[in-house]
Parts: sequence; C-alpha cells; structure tokens
Amino acid sequence: MWNVAFAELRKLRRPSLFFGTMGAVVFFSALFSALLFLLIDSPQGNSDRGRMVGRPILSLATGGVQGFSSVGGFLGIIALCVFAAQTAQEYTYGTLRNLLVRQPGRLRILLGKLIAMKIFALVMIVLSAVVSISTSVILAPGAKVPTDLWFNADGRHAIFTTFINVIISVIGFGIIGMVLGLLLRSPISAISLGVLWLLIVENLLIAVKSSLQSWLPGAQLSAIATGAESARNVAGVTYTHALVVGGIYVAIGAAVASFLFVRRDVAN
Amino acid sequence: MSNTAISVTDLSKRYGEQVAVSHATFEVPLGTICGFVGPNGSGKTTTMRMLLGLISPTGGTGEILGESIKHPEKYLPRVGAMIEGPAFYPALSGKENLNVLATLGGFPLDRVQGLLEQVGLGDRGKSKFKTYSLGMKQRLGIAAALLPNPKLLMLDEPTNGLDPEGIQEVRALLRSLANDGTSVFVSSHLLSELELISDYLVMLRKGEVVFTGKMSDLMLSQQPVIIAKSINESDLVKLLAIAEQAGHAATIRDGAVHVQGPADWAQNFNRAAFDAGITLSQLTPQLPNLEETFFEMTGGK
Repeated sequence: MWNVAFAELRKLRRPSLFFGTMGAVVFFSALFSALLFLLIDSPQGNSDRGRMVGRPILSLATGGVQGFSSVGGFLGIIALCVFAAQTAQEYTYGTLRNLLVRQPGRLRILLGKLIAMKIFALVMIVLSAVVSISTSVILAPGAKVPTDLWFNADGRHAIFTTFINVIISVIGFGIIGMVLGLLLRSPISAISLGVLWLLIVENLLIAVKSSLQSWLPGAQLSAIATGAESARNVAGVTYTHALVVGGIYVAIGAAVASFLFVRRDVAN
Repeated sequence: MSNTAISVTDLSKRYGEQVAVSHATFEVPLGTICGFVGPNGSGKTTTMRMLLGLISPTGGTGEILGESIKHPEKYLPRVGAMIEGPAFYPALSGKENLNVLATLGGFPLDRVQGLLEQVGLGDRGKSKFKTYSLGMKQRLGIAAALLPNPKLLMLDEPTNGLDPEGIQEVRALLRSLANDGTSVFVSSHLLSELELISDYLVMLRKGEVVFTGKMSDLMLSQQPVIIAKSINESDLVKLLAIAEQAGHAATIRDGAVHVQGPADWAQNFNRAAFDAGITLSQLTPQLPNLEETFFEMTGGK
C-alpha cells in the first residue's frame, strides 16, 4: 500500500500538476481573504453568496480564519478535480493494467492512491491556510479590523478547528472525485459531472427549495469547512448534521466504487 | 516444483452470449519461448489478461510458475508483462514512468537506467513519453516488463511499430533472456519472427486452441509443397493434370503449380513432365512456413 502511495506521489509531484494546482490555491486563498477586507463596507457583501462579514465578526478570535474557511469549499472543488483526474486517467491511459500487474491487490491500489492524494490535499490546505491568514493579517489594519484576539489561545484553537474542518471537507470532496473517476473512468466526464453538480445543480436546487441545503452532499461538505456557520444561517444545518449526512454520502460512494473496482474486469 | 511456466486447463471467458475464450488447454514449459498466435479477435489478449489477473475467467483453471491464477499476487512479482501495447503517463519522462512502476513493485530504482540502455533508450530517458515514437514507446514497454527481472515474460505484440533493426534487437533480447532461463510467452502478428525464435507454439482460432506443442512438431506435421514452374506458362495446366492424376492436390498460384505431396515425389513429377514434353524452369520441394500453416489452420486467406 505504501509502495502505491509513493508511486502515486511521483505522479502528483510533476511540475505542471503540482505548481499549477498550488498556484491556483495561492491565488484563490489570497483572493477570498482579500475580498473580506477590501469589500468590508460593500453593501453587496464581502463573502460567499453575498454574505456580509463585518468588523465585529472579523475582530473575534475566529476572524483570522474567516477567509480560510470560506475558501475551504473551493479547495474541495480543486481536490475533487485532482482526485477524479488521477483516478480516471488510469483507465484512459490504460495504465491501470500496469498498476495491477505490479500490485494485484486492488484495494491496496485504491488505499495507496488515496493516501497519496490526501498528502497532496494536505499540502494544498497548509498552503491555503498560510496564504489566507497572512493575507488577513496584512489587510486587517487597512480595513480597521483589530487582530488582537486572532492569535491568543482562542484564536489558535479557531485556527486548529478550522484547519481540521477544512481537511475533512476537502478529503470528502476528494473522495467524491475519486468515486466519480472510478465509476465514469474518464477524467473529463468525472470532473464535468462533479463540478457541474456541486457548483450549478446543487445551487439551483437550493435556490428552488432551501431545505435541500440540509441534504445535498456538496452543501454538507462546504458546511463542514466553515464549521456549518453559513449553512446554519440559511437552513439550520448543524455541524454534526453536516458531518453525518456528508459522511454517509462519502461512505456509500466509496463502498460502491471500491466494490466495483475490485470486481470489475480490466478490459481496456 | 512445476516445470511449466504456464499451464491452463479448460480456461474460458464469456461476455454474456459472446465466447471470447473457450476451454483453452495448453502448457508452456519453463525456459522456452512460446509464440501465441491467432487472428484478430481470437482471444489472445483476453487469455493473457486472465493469466495476469486483470479479468476473471468464467471457467477453467490455470497455473503460472506453479501458482494458481486465482492468486495473482503470488506469481506476479516474478512476471513481467506488456499487454495491448505500451501504456504510460504522457506527461512523465520515460525514466520517471519506469520509476513509478519500480516504486510500485518495490524494485530498486537503480535498475531503471540499465533497462533503458538495454532497450536502446539510454539517451532518451529524460524525454517525456508523449514525445516518443511508436517504436520508442514499445521499447519502454519492454523495459517496464523487464523491471522485476522476470521468470516469465508475457508480451503482446512487442514488435509493433519497430523498424527491422528494432525487431532484430527484440528477437535477440528474447533469445538471450530465454537462454538465461526466462520463459517468454509472446504474441505477434509477425509470424516469420515467431517462427525464427519460438520453441513452442499455442495457436488460437475463435477462442479455441487449435494447436499447442513444439514449433518443430507443427512444421514437420505439415504436408510439404512441391513448386513447379515451366518455361512456358501455358504448360501449367498440363502440370496440374499430371499432379492430380498421380493423386496429389494441386493449385496454380503466382505462375507456378503448387503440389501437396512428399518431397521425394518431385523426381517422379520431373520425369512425368519431361515425358509430356514440358521443360521445367523450377522444381522446389519445401515445407510450408508458419504463416502458410497458420492460414491453413485458422481458415485465413
């Protein structure tokens, strides 16, 4: 399993993929955090979906990680794309047969790939946290937001819990990507379907019927990243609810995809 | 310990109503080169995939290097394979692609450069796979198959896309591996190549094994052909009649009469032609080559 993980890391560290992904993470982490402070007085809102996050909230111990938690859902989309592409490309390139000849334990292949992609996601999240929090520290004085509480004991706890929440959320999105990759066996189809569903279909459904926010998979995983803060405001979703429902989606998807992967003939 | 590299009994694979492989039974002795031939769609690749644990048989049993094909994890560390062409990550270099597979299989990375040199890619290892020609891709596939220092090498069309020099190099490589004790199971549509290097042969037609055994046994079992040409092409019909009157099947092809019969009948044929006033410009008894035998046995052209 560890051999599979190390082999997968060799693929994930190729410059175009690694630096391309990390570049996107840096850009969007800085953007999400910067908008919080640069648009703090904007009547159109300064956070996702037009939410207003004012000075009183940003001054709290959790203020330093507001940008980081907002970008969590976006990091999830990136993870979904990377996990889906890395999984489905084995079918399109025909390289799955090489992997299975060298490592016939199919579950080991899946677990090894998952471990490697989790490491990749972790690097992404650490980078995003550093960029988001740094951007917030740099821009807070200009927006007249005090940062005194950001790094005291409560502030450090907030950073830690947000970090964990974002990890859970991003890994959840990633596993959904992997499941789509295994089921559809094509990177383009897996990424298109995943992104289309999470960014468009779910938002449309929630716009039509707001109570669906409590039951759709992407909404649950996004809610976990923010500690269920924004979701609770809209549909009364608690963190535990998001964790349980999101976890059920991820677990069922992973179980079905693993079963198919183990049983299915590799005929291409 | 088993003295067969591959042994399958009644191995079958069905996809619904479609039969891909039907009750295939054959053995490949250790340390030999075994050619695996059959027309397109005859089940060669499906059989190889079953032997490598990529697809599950719907019937039958098999052993590779003495281990059941139900447990590929027991024998695959000693097997090298290239199935249905070389498949690698286009954005990675040839060397990095081999590093990925070496890491995966737990093989030492310092084998990689040596293998690249062995297959003639020593100076192109750092180029991306997507920039390789078909022949170079094929060489990289062979290098990947050699990574585990295999006891059994299974290659599906390894000479696809190679130039004549490359084909000759692969032939020499396979022969040298076999001399060192590696068993080689190789499919190819270049039957003349297989005829040159194979000790054993397994021939498939429509999913069924139509021949399995020593290549020499197959060739010796074939009826020799006597090819006769006359200085006057108009005499060919008379020659055909002489052969048929003597009880031998004959056809006119490519400006010559092809007679199926024992080689020593050629002198009788020559005398009969002379008595009929026909002067022969060529009289050659010869055994059919593998290609002709293949077409005859598989019902091809």
